[in-house]
Amino acid sequence: MKNVCSGRCRFTLVAWATASIALAALAAPSSLSAQEPIKIGHVAALSGGSAQSGEAITRGLSLAIEEINAGGGVLGGRKIELLQRDDESVPPKGVVAARELISKEKVVALFGGIDSPVALATVPVVNKEKVPYMGVWAAGTGITRNGAEPNFVFRVSAVDVLVDVKLLDYANKKFGSIKPGLLLVNNPWGASNETGLLEAAKSNAALHIVGVEKFENADVDMTAQLTRLKEKGADTVIIVGNAAPGAQLMKSRERMGWTVPIVSHWGISGGRFPELAGPTAGDAHFVQTYSFFGKQGTIGERVLAALKKKYPQIKGPEDIFSPVGTANAYDAMHLLAKAITQAGATDGDKIREALENLSGKYEGLIKTYDHPFSKTEHDALGPGDYIMVRYDGEKIVPTQ
Amino acid sequence: MLTSAVITGLGLGSMYGLLALGFHVTYAVSNTVNFAQGGTMMMGAVLSFTLSVTAGWPLMSAVPVALVACALWSILVERVAVRPFVRRGSNSWLMATVALGIALENVALFTFGRDPRGMPPNYLTSHFVIIGGLKTQYLQLLIPLVGLGLALSLHAFFQHTRQGKALLAVVQNAGAARLMGIDVERITTLAYALSGMLAGVAGILVAPLFTVSSTMGTLFGIKAFAVAILGGIGSAWGVVLAGLIYGVAEALVTACLGSTYTQIVSFSLVIASLTVMPNGLFGRAGVRKV
Repeated sequence: MKNVCSGRCRFTLVAWATASIALAALAAPSSLSAQEPIKIGHVAALSGGSAQSGEAITRGLSLAIEEINAGGGVLGGRKIELLQRDDESVPPKGVVAARELISKEKVVALFGGIDSPVALATVPVVNKEKVPYMGVWAAGTGITRNGAEPNFVFRVSAVDVLVDVKLLDYANKKFGSIKPGLLLVNNPWGASNETGLLEAAKSNAALHIVGVEKFENADVDMTAQLTRLKEKGADTVIIVGNAAPGAQLMKSRERMGWTVPIVSHWGISGGRFPELAGPTAGDAHFVQTYSFFGKQGTIGERVLAALKKKYPQIKGPEDIFSPVGTANAYDAMHLLAKAITQAGATDGDKIREALENLSGKYEGLIKTYDHPFSKTEHDALGPGDYIMVRYDGEKIVPTQ
Repeated sequence: MLTSAVITGLGLGSMYGLLALGFHVTYAVSNTVNFAQGGTMMMGAVLSFTLSVTAGWPLMSAVPVALVACALWSILVERVAVRPFVRRGSNSWLMATVALGIALENVALFTFGRDPRGMPPNYLTSHFVIIGGLKTQYLQLLIPLVGLGLALSLHAFFQHTRQGKALLAVVQNAGAARLMGIDVERITTLAYALSGMLAGVAGILVAPLFTVSSTMGTLFGIKAFAVAILGGIGSAWGVVLAGLIYGVAEALVTACLGSTYTQIVSFSLVIASLTVMPNGLFGRAGVRKV
């Protein structure tokens, strides 16, 4: 056979081969990226009146991520890396941060924070970009029930419509309330609850809502709103708002010398409510999804021990502020990791499908999850998972 | 309901008045104002909280230290952000003081923390009298008195003392004042220190009623400047009275219409009254010699 390739030709062939291998390596980085971390974003209030909520969520996420990474990570040994951005409780800032994390950092999924207005503004972005979003605090009904098809928004937290039923029911059973008055923050979260509470009241023959009042986050005196509710004969006040305005509300109530029972959504537990509200902080009974007080299960014991070890300032359950943030985030992160494993990829659509069809049971902190989500149900928790609590000093203790 | 609004309004209004008094003092002496006043107020509150709660100092020593710090900070603002520009005949001190205020806020955000804090109860906040069926803390009664008292003493100082007249001479004609042996730079420094202290007093008084945070001064500063203009920035008791009027109006709007309308209505009122009385409610038109 005739030799068709001279020395120079052989050199060219070798060069081509080398170049094509290099190109192939560039084009398909999968072999190199096996150990590249999987980036998960977290956009929440890390400063301002609800800064504690952001820190609590961070603790839950970090703890779960450490456990997952210690167990070998996901997708063949890839570690999970958390990237955080502060939305300062301002929706446009949250949206900008979410976009930045998605387009620049290429996060695989996003976690949200305490503020429903921020979450509601972020929903269209994640649905358009096809990036799974895990709500771990904000309870606005429209966050998960957003009408998008397919819907990339999931939640391991309370849902306003269901909380609203619980709040009215509790007011009636615990305080014998038949004429509750509503005092709500004047933003989309307040509006979501106004609808929910009025609907809930329709189906509860035992009570009738006598008045609806609004307040702004910066309000310092709420005696006007409280007085109007008092004049209408309110026998309980249902409040929906965050810690700082909630505290001003308790102060106004104290100044009026009005001892009306207060039943609250959980926004007040996202900041230093006992310090800000003063001696009457304990009068507000509010909803939670988890309490570190009382007898803990195996997971509860483990998480508590891990929290104590990682954050030396935590000596016991009384030192865990905003516990729902930590508990919800912990469970949600584990569920997401399971979905990524099941999907076998970091593709948003595949992870969404995996979340909707999660196989096997997961024994979490709040409960044991068995098919927590489906195509139509994107909320993992329901009324059966809610508990009512109040502050006793700095501690959060169950009231039931 | 209205009693409560008036009491809250008087308290808030006195805060605006005290801050506006700070604008008045530096304006009267140097024709400049420190737009970092809101930040200085925050500094007074944050420092007194940090020293008394975090460091455990008695309030009696925490408050004077916080006030001195506010005075020193304002002197620094004058040296760095006002004097160099005024010397060149530029108005850029306006932006420079705003910038320093924002810088101070950010420093507080990183050092004091992101969480709003609450002052622990003290004698003035845990004792109260009942007015119109409402518990009114001693502090809420004290605040307007402090505001009016400070305004009256400043008024008396400017009108009836040699030093006060020297201060006013500076603004009329700095050159001539210098020839008369008045140390213009020193007097301007003093005016800034005084304005910083007034802001500090406002911050310390308001801290137990509301929350202490790095952003608490921003809106206060803006409203206080509106109040200073409303009252007529050249009149000491005018700005304090305007502060009280603004505070009460704001609280009444909140009580009657709801807080959604507070800013819209109260700022509209300011604009409307300035249209009718361009020199402010209590100000006089400046005499311009030709």
